[in-house]
Amino acid sequence: MTMTQPLVAKRDYSLTGPSSRHAVDIGLTAAEWYHSEVPRKVMKELMQRRDGPAIRDTIVWIGLLAATGAGGVYFWGTWWAVPLFVVYGVLYGSACDSRWHEAGHGTAFRTGWMNDVVYHIASFMLMRNPVNWRWSHARHHTHTLTVGRDPEIAFMHPTGLWLNVLHFVGLVDAYQSLKVILCNALGFFTTDERDYIPASELPKARTAAQAHLAIYALTVGAALLLGSILPLMLIGLPRLYGCWHMLMTGLIQHGGLAEDVIDHRLNSRTVYINPISRWLYWNMNYHIEHHMFPMVPYHALPKLHELVKHDLPQPTPSILAAYREMIPALIRQRREPGYFLRKELPPTAKPYRDEFHQFVPSRAAE
Amino acid sequence: MQNWTDACGVDDIEDEDVIRWDHAGATFAIYRDPKGQFFATDGKCTHEAVHLADGLVMDDTIECPKHNGRFNYKTGAALRAPVCVNLRTYRVRVSEGRVQVDIG
Repeated sequence: MTMTQPLVAKRDYSLTGPSSRHAVDIGLTAAEWYHSEVPRKVMKELMQRRDGPAIRDTIVWIGLLAATGAGGVYFWGTWWAVPLFVVYGVLYGSACDSRWHEAGHGTAFRTGWMNDVVYHIASFMLMRNPVNWRWSHARHHTHTLTVGRDPEIAFMHPTGLWLNVLHFVGLVDAYQSLKVILCNALGFFTTDERDYIPASELPKARTAAQAHLAIYALTVGAALLLGSILPLMLIGLPRLYGCWHMLMTGLIQHGGLAEDVIDHRLNSRTVYINPISRWLYWNMNYHIEHHMFPMVPYHALPKLHELVKHDLPQPTPSILAAYREMIPALIRQRREPGYFLRKELPPTAKPYRDEFHQFVPSRAAE
Repeated sequence: MQNWTDACGVDDIEDEDVIRWDHAGATFAIYRDPKGQFFATDGKCTHEAVHLADGLVMDDTIECPKHNGRFNYKTGAALRAPVCVNLRTYRVRVSEGRVQVDIG
C-alpha cells in the first residue's frame, strides 16, 4: 500500500441504503455471534446486580462535580479556577458517557429508577437524546460494526483523520448533537432515526429534546443576565472542554478493527488502562467482554476478563499502545479495501469464525 | 384446548433461574421463581429473538441477555426498553416431580 493509492470508495453507512439490505441478504444480521464459554452458574453470579458499587461511585462522582464546580465558581477570574474546571470538565464531559452507557444498559444499579435517573442526567450532559440513544445503542449491540446496520460506527471509511482530531475538543460532535436535539424538539427525525426508534417512542424523544433545550436556554439566559460565561462553564461547555477523555477511551473500542463480522474478538478491543481512567470509564476498557456479555455489570468486568482472557486476543497493554496500533490501521483502511487489524489469538482460544467475512463487499473483491 | 407436555424435572432448574426447552420446532423458557414456583413463556425475546434462557432472572423479571430488555415472566408484560411487545406465557403445573407446560 502506498500513499499514492486512491482512497477506498466511500461505504454506505446509512441504515436504509444498499449496505443495510446487503447485510440482511447475506445473513449477517441473522447470524449468531461468537461467545466464549462461561458456565451458567458462573455467568449468573457475574450478572448479579448490586446497588452498592454504583451508589458509591455516583456519590463520589456528584461530590467531585459539586466540589470542583463550586471551587471553579469561587476562584473564577483567577488561575486557580483552571485546574478546577479541568477536573470538572472531565467529570462532566467524559465520565457522563460511561454513566450514560451503564445506566442505559440497566446494569449499573439493581434498582431500576436509579438507572433511569443517572441515565437521564448523563444523557443531558452528553447532549444526547435519551430516547434515541437507548435505541441506537441497542442496535449497536445487535449489529456491532455491521455497515448499514450499526448507527454508532465512529470511523466511517475512508476516515477523515482531521475530523477525528477535531472530535477531541467536542466541536463537531457537540454541534451535531445540538442539531439533532433541536430537530427532535421540533418533531423532525431522520430516516435513520426512524429506522431504529419505534414510532411509539418518537413523542417521548421529542419531549426529552424539548426538556434539554429548555435547560440550555435557561443557562444561556443566566449567562446573558450575569454578563458572564460562567453558567455555561458549568452547564454545556464542559461537553466541549472536558470530553477528551471520553474520546480518548471511546475511539479505541473498535477503531481499526473489522467491519461486518460476527465475532466481537475481531471488531472490539480490550485495553489495560490506568485506575483513574478505569474509574472514569467504568471498566469499559474490557470492551470485548462487554460486547460478548452486555448483562455483566461494570464492576464485574475485571472478573469476567480473567475468566475468558484465554479465549481472547492479548489485551492491548495501554491507551498509547492502542493508538499506536489503531492510527496506522486507520490510515491503511483509507486506501486498502477490506483491511483491518486482525489480532492473533492465543493457542488456548477457539479460532475466529471466518465463514461470513468473505461476504464483506470490499473483501470479496480481493 | 389443553395440551400438557412434559418439559423437565423440577430439579433441572434452580430457584430464581431459567432454562431453555425446545419442543416440536418451538423454543420455550421455563422459569423457577425465588419461592420455587414454575412459569413458562416463549423462549425468545420479542425484540430481537434472542434466547431468554441465557438471561438473568431477578425476582419476577427476566432480562434479555443481548439488550437488557425486561419482561415479567409471570404475566409476560414488557417492562423495559428496548422490548415493547409482551411475551406469550403458558400455564405450568408440576406432576410427580416433573414440570409440565400447557402448550395449547
